[in-house]
Amino acid sequence: MKIHEYQAKQILARHGVATPRGEVATTPAQAGDIARRLGTPVVVVKAQIHAGGRGKGGGVKVARSPEEAERLAGQILGMQLVTHQTGPQGQKVGRVLVEEGLQMNKELYLGLVIDRSAGCPVMMASSEGGVEIEKVAAETPHLIKKAYIDPATGMIPFQARQLAFGIGIAPALVNKAAKLMLGIYEAFEATDASLVEINPLVTTADGNVLALDAKMNFDDNALARHPDLRDLRDLAEEDPLEIEASRHSLNYIRLDGNIGCMVNGAGLAMSTMDIIKLAGGEPANFLDVGGGANAEQIRNAFKILMSDANVKAVLINIFGGILRCDVLAEGVIAAVKDLHVEVPIVVRMEGTNVERGKQLLHESGLKFTTADSMGEAAEKVVTLAG
Amino acid sequence: MSVLIDKSTKLVVQGLTGREGTFHAKQAAAYGTNVVGGVTPGKGGTTHEGWPVFDTVALAVEATGANASVIFVPPPFAADAVMEATDAGLDLVVCITEGIPTLDMMKAFTFMKGRKTRLIGPNCPGIITAGQAKAGIIPGHICAPGRVGIVSKSGTLTYEAIHQLTGLGLGETTCIGIGGDPLIGTTFIDALRLFQDDPATEAVVMIGEIGGSAEEEAAEFIRHGFTKPVVSFIAGQTAPPGRRMGHAGAIIAGGKGTAAEKMAALSAAGVSVVKSPADIGTAMAEALA
Repeated sequence: MKIHEYQAKQILARHGVATPRGEVATTPAQAGDIARRLGTPVVVVKAQIHAGGRGKGGGVKVARSPEEAERLAGQILGMQLVTHQTGPQGQKVGRVLVEEGLQMNKELYLGLVIDRSAGCPVMMASSEGGVEIEKVAAETPHLIKKAYIDPATGMIPFQARQLAFGIGIAPALVNKAAKLMLGIYEAFEATDASLVEINPLVTTADGNVLALDAKMNFDDNALARHPDLRDLRDLAEEDPLEIEASRHSLNYIRLDGNIGCMVNGAGLAMSTMDIIKLAGGEPANFLDVGGGANAEQIRNAFKILMSDANVKAVLINIFGGILRCDVLAEGVIAAVKDLHVEVPIVVRMEGTNVERGKQLLHESGLKFTTADSMGEAAEKVVTLAG
Repeated sequence: MSVLIDKSTKLVVQGLTGREGTFHAKQAAAYGTNVVGGVTPGKGGTTHEGWPVFDTVALAVEATGANASVIFVPPPFAADAVMEATDAGLDLVVCITEGIPTLDMMKAFTFMKGRKTRLIGPNCPGIITAGQAKAGIIPGHICAPGRVGIVSKSGTLTYEAIHQLTGLGLGETTCIGIGGDPLIGTTFIDALRLFQDDPATEAVVMIGEIGGSAEEEAAEFIRHGFTKPVVSFIAGQTAPPGRRMGHAGAIIAGGKGTAAEKMAALSAAGVSVVKSPADIGTAMAEALA
């Protein structure tokens, strides 16, 4: 799960991480009031959307008076902010963060993720802040310093100091930087985060070290034990069909194509998309109905697939291991009748009770196209989608 | 011959009395697996479907001589179950549970360091040795004893590969579903090492997917001395970046972990990489011809 910058800063602040003073506003007037309360000569108005690249897209502006802050907030609130991460349609801005302006000396980078190969968290720090870390990793990897953290001990102060010295933080500020890093690890562990990224981390003219930006993602598998974090979910940031799918425990991701897919298992669902593309078509979605799907789940899945007006044909690809093909066929027939699905449907199923399943489809009086292999199914559905 | 599991394996089921545990224990026994009992805390001393139930894994080991376990325990308790099985000294622990918090698994891995137990999974379909025994949910009837080992991050896609190999008369030795989580016990490289040393395994199907760099690491391993033919498919060639594709580990992050990178690395290591999952079987038939 992703959250907004201002929410991440609130969480980090609770763990002793220094952040600029600021508040969130949903109207221009509120933004002006916040700027007045902050009382600094300069404030920064920052669009709050989950995607990165907000500055380049025009979602971050500097104001030199509360009136200007109000005016700029008026421009940003409600805009469709387009960044390299939002796609061409952009993301509507519903809130802005108004923060004090700072006299910055240096822009640095801090990131904390789980390293899959090492099987533990790794904190990465770099002297190159404010730019994309992927670019630094590709071009000047020696400028990224790493500390691998043993989950049994947590981050140890010397590791934080090593990183701080390693990225050239002035000796007088190293303890402040180390405290911030330890706070970040503490927050990561306390919230079951999957990522914390501070880009940039800044040092200021008056001798402080602060998280100027903050990004936090959380482990979806751990949200059950963090009810407070679940409340931070912003449904406006998500596709309505994906929200509906998640209510039915369906794994659905909307894509741009016109061939709806219904598959059991994540790997098979991904490869069904791949094989559609190989056959010259474009998948409309990723959809994993799960290993133990029943008639009700299949009906829910059809509802979601058919809510996407782009869908011109549907490919059902099921490998029945635990899920029996006859049960699947019954579910598909009921859903198609109930929901009056009119687009062509190609069914490819294999596994337990497949003959009985095929017979049921054949006897249903509905117009299913069947296929014996994934390749054949993909070719048929691409033709039918036109 | 086979790897990790065979007719001599004595399997205990953690979470035997639950719906999933019961169903799959019966399936495993019907396939010929020597299921010796189950563990459900609080139900020790009872029997379930004819099997003795124990309060702890240690008690189950003491009474039955079990050397392997399969875990069907809900996500909040699964990492605990893995550590309990490790502490009881089992050789093999197969964790089917999907949805375990990453930090829980990280603690489990820390606990397992220096101990002999091998973990498969979590979030995996388990392991089957064709015609002998299974721990997990891979349907036995699609397998046929034969020549090919399978190692895969995916469940149903593994069944697809098994189905193709069986259909072509190639058959399987052992199929290992290593799981789709970011942190897993047995890796591609671990499985390849086992297959390298198994005389019955003539070739290997390796099924990867987007996310992480385990496939690239496996490619490096293959290049430096894996001597048997490998056929590979990578799922998620058309997956959009930044989206988690069902499996917790299946995500292209920061431009890294794409199918294209993985396929290129494997091809460069001499692996026969197929673009279509429908071609896994035929590519293997060619490799073995």
